[in-house]
Amino acid sequence: MNLLNIDLAAVDWARAQFALTAIYHWLFVPLTLGLAVVMGIMETLYYRTGKDFWKQTAKYWQRLFGINFAMGIATGLILEFEFGTNWSNYSYLVGDIFGAPLAVEGIVAFFMESTFVAVMFFGWNKVSKGFHLASTWLTGLGATISAWWILVANSWMQYPVGQEFNPETMRNEMTSFADVALSPVAVDKFVHTVLSAWVLGAVFVVGVSSWYILKKRNEEFAQKSLRVGAIFGIIASLMLMASGHHSAFTVAQTQPMKLAAMEALYKGGADQPLTLIAGINPFEQPDYEAQDEAPLKIAVPYALSFLATNDIHGYVPGIRDILDGYTRPDGTQELSLNEKIERGQLAITALAEFRKAKAEGADEATLNSKLSTLNSNIPYFGYGFVKDRSQVVPFIPVCFYAFRIMVGGGCLFVLLFIIMLFPSTRGGKDNTPSRGRWKGVFALACIPISYIVSEAGWLVAEFGRQPWTIQDMLPTWAGVSHLGSGAVMTTFFLFLVLFTALLAVEINIMCKAIKKGPEL
Amino acid sequence: MKWISEVWHLYYDGFRQMTLGRTLWVIILVKLFVIFVILKLFFFPDFIKQNANGDEAEFVSKNLIQP
Repeated sequence: MNLLNIDLAAVDWARAQFALTAIYHWLFVPLTLGLAVVMGIMETLYYRTGKDFWKQTAKYWQRLFGINFAMGIATGLILEFEFGTNWSNYSYLVGDIFGAPLAVEGIVAFFMESTFVAVMFFGWNKVSKGFHLASTWLTGLGATISAWWILVANSWMQYPVGQEFNPETMRNEMTSFADVALSPVAVDKFVHTVLSAWVLGAVFVVGVSSWYILKKRNEEFAQKSLRVGAIFGIIASLMLMASGHHSAFTVAQTQPMKLAAMEALYKGGADQPLTLIAGINPFEQPDYEAQDEAPLKIAVPYALSFLATNDIHGYVPGIRDILDGYTRPDGTQELSLNEKIERGQLAITALAEFRKAKAEGADEATLNSKLSTLNSNIPYFGYGFVKDRSQVVPFIPVCFYAFRIMVGGGCLFVLLFIIMLFPSTRGGKDNTPSRGRWKGVFALACIPISYIVSEAGWLVAEFGRQPWTIQDMLPTWAGVSHLGSGAVMTTFFLFLVLFTALLAVEINIMCKAIKKGPEL
Repeated sequence: MKWISEVWHLYYDGFRQMTLGRTLWVIILVKLFVIFVILKLFFFPDFIKQNANGDEAEFVSKNLIQP
């Protein structure tokens, strides 16, 4: 049983199943994180004013939070099952590192969220106002800290720091928990992801409030909720833009191929423009080897260089530069793909020889020699499994369009928040422009759009790092279990049915709760 | 000991007075049953434990490094 025997369809089905599970899981998470802040703000207003209006408003948004929270519970656990069954080589290699943040997440999620959620829902009139308010905020904080650890685990796959490989145990062992937990990729990913969830939560609040306005019911509640949602949304959006720029900068440093795929940048250089749109076939990998740039490209001069390097003249490598090797601005050389493959193969051979020598009881000098070769080439270990250039280039159309959906959607929501908020601050009660029907419909339409945009962000992050399960260390076809594709395909469809049913139930319960409205 | 009684009543009264919460708890329990009993037991075995015959490191190394 070896890599040559791997059923490539099984790799694709395992990837598809993981993607399906993660996409469904992410339908629940961002609304939890976003509504956590909204309900905290509403209850803070109650705490400060003592008005029953704000108490009922807070309780209403907490009810919607509770529905979403309950439906989302444990949907992420299935991802961990998939690691053990479908991605067993990967799980074994990195379990010691990957397990730590997931375990912390489980403990924090269980104790913090379960304690404070109970006080938040059951504690009205039983605990003091201050303690209840603290519980509401701590429920949200617990959910956000949970997200932190999950994102730390994800970030480690994209930027594997704080570890070293032990050839005897065949495991990557953690050398610095702080490096893993506080890596620049983890910090950027956490900030950007949580802020995006806040924006989604704000869009949800604005959209739901607009529905009441369209229906001409609960209007005071709807107008005030809309205002809170729009102000929160604008603040979160501005912070999201700043974090997006910083994330792009980090990606450029740590995963240049991802950035090149996002931009369909085949041949890089200095003074690079940022592509607004280009004619890329969404279903076919473009010919990045022959073309110098994507056809019908409309771009903003120098913007990509600024995004990637904080310098409008900065050098940004394209896909071919990364494959052929290039000189970085600091004068150091990035190896070509062929050189990386060669060094990856040296690492794999050294590992095999080390383990063989160890088993045969070879002397210390022989073992050290093998170990030295392994250690000097270990950063390229994953390239030893690569056979040709196309294997290390992500599917460009998905990265390219998902990035534009993410950024375009973010801009659309800023527009939504502005038009819902600013005109209504000038108008009187009867001529508030937010009462306009088209605005209400627009706000409602933005709810499903915000989910598409949020998922698009994950598509950029995860498609962009292909083919790596762990960046430069383990490609998907080496990390997967040697299972038949049939078994994985069966569970794929099982999940599709299960999650779709769960989603239908959530939408149904949520719509009923919205129709019922606040108890005002 | 008074606080223990208060905590007990917080949960006891809270669960008794639930309306929508009852539905949500039923969904959570069904979901957990499906995930931990059906999916985990029948569809998601620990692949390495099942196939490695006790030497997991050797099993993974063979998967990765044998030509």
